[in-house]
Amino acid sequence: MKFTLSRPIARVAALLAVASLTVAACGSTGSDSTGSVSTGSEVTLLTYDSFPQSGTSVNEALDAFSARTGIKVTILSAGDTGTMISKAVLTSGNPEGDVLWGVDQTFLTQALDGQVFAPIPALVGVSAIDMTLREGTPEELVVPVNFGDVCINYDIGWFTERGLPVPQELSDLTDPIYAGQLVVQNPATSSPGLAMLLATVATFGETGWIQWWEQMAANGIQVTNGWTEAYYERFTWAGGGEQPMVVSYGSSPPAEVLFAEPARDDAPTAVIENSCFRQVEFAGVLRGTSEPEAAQQLLEFLISEEFQAELALNLFVFPANSQVDLPEVFTAHAIIPANPLRVDPELIQQRRSEWIEEWTARVLR
Amino acid sequence: MDRSRTALKNPNSLPTWLLALLAVVPVVFITVFYLWPVLTLSARGLGAPNPFAVLTRPRVPQVIWFSLWQAAVSTIATLVIGLAPAHVIARYKFPGRRLLISVLTATFVLPTVVMGAAITAIGIPRGLIAILIAHVVFNLAVVVRVAGPFWQQIPRDIASAAATLGASPLRVFWHITLPLLRPALWASAAIIFLLTFTSFGVIRVLGTPERSTIEVEIWRRATQLGDLPGAVVLSLLQLLVMLVLIAGSVVLQRRSNLSLRMDSASTPEPPIGTGRQAMVTVVVGATAAIVMVPMGAMVLRSFRNREGFTLAGWRNLGIQEIRPGITLGVNPMASIMSSLQTAVWATLIALVIGGLASVAIAAAKGRAAWLDLGLMLPLGTSAVTIGLGMVLTFSRWPVDWRNRWWLLVLGHAVVAVPFVVRTTLPVIRAIPQGLSDAAATLGATPIRAWWHVVVAGLWRPLGASAGVVAAISLGEFGASSLLSRSGTETMPIVIERLLGRTGTLLQAQAFALATLLAVMTVAVVLLVDRLSGGLPRAPHRHDRRSRGNT
Repeated sequence: MKFTLSRPIARVAALLAVASLTVAACGSTGSDSTGSVSTGSEVTLLTYDSFPQSGTSVNEALDAFSARTGIKVTILSAGDTGTMISKAVLTSGNPEGDVLWGVDQTFLTQALDGQVFAPIPALVGVSAIDMTLREGTPEELVVPVNFGDVCINYDIGWFTERGLPVPQELSDLTDPIYAGQLVVQNPATSSPGLAMLLATVATFGETGWIQWWEQMAANGIQVTNGWTEAYYERFTWAGGGEQPMVVSYGSSPPAEVLFAEPARDDAPTAVIENSCFRQVEFAGVLRGTSEPEAAQQLLEFLISEEFQAELALNLFVFPANSQVDLPEVFTAHAIIPANPLRVDPELIQQRRSEWIEEWTARVLR
Repeated sequence: MDRSRTALKNPNSLPTWLLALLAVVPVVFITVFYLWPVLTLSARGLGAPNPFAVLTRPRVPQVIWFSLWQAAVSTIATLVIGLAPAHVIARYKFPGRRLLISVLTATFVLPTVVMGAAITAIGIPRGLIAILIAHVVFNLAVVVRVAGPFWQQIPRDIASAAATLGASPLRVFWHITLPLLRPALWASAAIIFLLTFTSFGVIRVLGTPERSTIEVEIWRRATQLGDLPGAVVLSLLQLLVMLVLIAGSVVLQRRSNLSLRMDSASTPEPPIGTGRQAMVTVVVGATAAIVMVPMGAMVLRSFRNREGFTLAGWRNLGIQEIRPGITLGVNPMASIMSSLQTAVWATLIALVIGGLASVAIAAAKGRAAWLDLGLMLPLGTSAVTIGLGMVLTFSRWPVDWRNRWWLLVLGHAVVAVPFVVRTTLPVIRAIPQGLSDAAATLGATPIRAWWHVVVAGLWRPLGASAGVVAAISLGEFGASSLLSRSGTETMPIVIERLLGRTGTLLQAQAFALATLLAVMTVAVVLLVDRLSGGLPRAPHRHDRRSRGNT
C-alpha cells in the first residue's frame, strides 16, 4: 500500500480499473433485454415477481410461441401482486407492458376501477376454461388463467403422535383442545392472511365472521406479519415452532414433497379442506398497448393447453384450462376442494379496509 | 460578514462561477431523480378527493408516535454502544482490524430477512426488543465509519496532555474527546435516526402486528389497499418530520465544526499497557460477538436441514434444474452478477455526485444549506414513494425510462449520496484556514489553493464512504423491489423470493446466497478500503490542533 494522499489520481484510476473489470465481467446482463431487434412484433408480459423469469418450462413454452409467431415476449417483473396493480393503475392508459398476468380477485376490482384493461374480442380457446372461475367478472376485459387455494395446513405427524383428531371445520378450531395451535398472518400485511379473513367472511357471513376471530383470540391464536415467519418459524413441521397448524397454500403439501431435502415420497403436511379460500388469477390486455394484435395472440396462448400444462409445477397453481392433466406429484399430494370458500370481488373491494380495521381492533388489541 | 475577506482566508472559498459549475450536477441529479418523481406522485395523490381522511383512521397516530420514539431510542442506543468500537478502531492497531470494519459494514447491509431469522434463532422473540437490537446491530457500522475518520483527525496529544495534567480517561473523554467529536456524532445520529425512523424491512420481519412504522403503513396503503392519497399524505408527513430534524441536525453539525489540521490525523497504534490491551480486547471481542452471532446463525442455516447437516443448499446454487424437469425460474448465480454490476455503477455515481455536492456545500457556506438538506431528503422519503414516483414520472417520451436497468442504479445512488455527503462534509469543513492562507502567501490563486488543499483532502472521506455505498447498493431492497425489471434481480430480491416459497431445499439455498452476499460485501469493502486508503490507514504524523473557526 504505497498510495499517498498526494496521488489521488492513481487511486481513482485503480478504483475505475476495478470498476470496469467488474462491469466487463458482468457482461451486459441489464442492457441487452431491449437489445436485439426481431423482425416481428414485441410484447411485454407484465407479471408478479414469483413468475419464473427464465429457464423453466414456462419460459420454454413462451419461447416456442415466439418461434412460431415471430412475436418476441419479454417478461417484466413488477413486484408482488398489490404493487403490480398499484403501478398498473398509476400508468393506466400508458402501460409498462402489453399483457398483464396474475391479478387475483382481491385486487381485480381495483384494477377494473382503474381502467387498466382494454376490451378484447372473444378468445378462441376460452371454451376450455373453467367458467365457474369467472364469478361475474367482465368477460370482455379479463380471462381466468389459474386458481389455487389458501388453506389451513397441518403437521400430520404432530396430530398422529398426540392422537388428537384433526379439526374438520373452522368452527372446530375454537375448541380449547386446539388452544394456541394455529398461526395466521396479519391480513393488513399479508395476502394469505387476507384470504383467511375472507374465508371466515364466506363461512360465517358478513356479520358473524368477527365472532369467530374473537373466540380464536381467546383461544390463543398466533399472528405473524408475513407468510415466511408463520411457515418457516412458527409451524411445527417447517420451522420447528409451536403451532401445528398454519395458514398457507393448498399447494404447500406437494411442494413439501417436491422440494424436500432430503428427498421424500409422502407429504408431511396436509390441508383442512373446509378452510380453503379460492384464489383465482386473471389475465388481460393492458389499455394503451401499442401491440393490440400481438397482445391478443399472447393472451390466447396463455390460456392454451400447451402453456397451461406448465403452470402446476412452476407456479404451484392449478390451470384454469380444464383439459390439462395434472402432474402426478399434484394429483398425489394436493387436493382441489370441491366447494372452496369465495367472496364476491366487488364486495371485497368495498369492504376490505373496514374488515381489516375491525380485525385489527378485535384480534390484536 | 465581509465576503472578500473570507474569500481570501477560507480554503473552501471559490468564485461563484466555479461554485455553480460544481453544484449543477448534484442539483440536476436530485431534481430529476428525486424531487420530480416525488412531486409528481404527490400531486397525483393530493388531487384525489379528501386525501387527508387517512389521518383520522384508527391506529395512524399510534403508528406515527411509535416511528418517532423507537427511532430515538435506536439512535441513542446505537451511538452509546457504537462509541466503544469506533474509538478502538480509530485509535488502535490490532489483528483483524480491517476485517472487523468490513464485517461491521457487511452487517449493515445484511438482508433484513436474514437478520430477522438470526435474531429469533438466538431466542429473542419478535417485538420491540428484537427491533431495537436489529437497529443497533445494523447501524453500528454507521458510527464506526462516519465518526471514525473524524476521530482519527483528533490529535492524540490533546488527550495525552489532559491525562498528564491528571484528568481521568473518563474526564478526558467527556470534556475533550466528546465535544471535539460532536460534528461526526451529529452526522451519525442524523443518518441512524433517518434509517430507523423510516425502517421497513426490520419492522416487517421483526415487528409484531402491533408495532408498525409510517414507512410500513405507506407501503401497505400504496401497494396493498390501493389508497394512493393516504400513502402520499403519510409520506409527506414523514418528510415534514424529517425536514425539521434534518434542518436541526445540519445546523448543529455546522455549529459544532472545528478546524483541525488535515495532516494531523493520527495513525492507529498498538495498545500499550495491560489496561489498554484489556480494553481493546474486550471491545473488539464484544463487537465481533455482536456481529458474528447473526452472521453465524445465517451460515449455519445454509448447511442445515431437518435431519442435520447438508450441502444441498450450496450444491444447488449454480444449478438451474433443481429437480429433474423442474427449474426455479430464479437464477441465484445471475443475481450475483446483477448485484455487482449495479453496485459498481451506483458507487461511482454516488461518489461523483456526493463529492461534488460536498465541495460545493462547503464552499458556499450557508448559501448551500438547501442543497445539503435536499440531498438528505431521500433518506427520509419512503422507498415506495420514490419507486412509484419514478414509475409514474419516467413513463412518457422523452423520459420513458421506467424499465431501463440503470433506473435501479440511480435509485441506489439517490439513497447512497447522503452517506457520501455526511462522511465527506465534516472532513472538508475541518480543513483549517491556515493551510490555504499559506498557499495564498506562496502566490497560489484561490482556485489553485482550493485544488491542492480541499480536493486533495477529499480522497480519504470519499474512499471511506465508497465501501459503505457499495455495501448499501448490494443490500438495497426497498427501491429494488418497486422498480419493474426483467431478468436483473439483485441478490436481496432473490433471497426474499427463495424464502417466500415452500421447500426446505429452497430455504437452505436462500441462506447460502445470503452468506455469499455477506462474504461479497466483506470482500468489496476490504478491497475498496485498501484501494482508497479509506478508514483503516492515515498518514503518520502527530500535530497540534489548530484554533476553531467559529
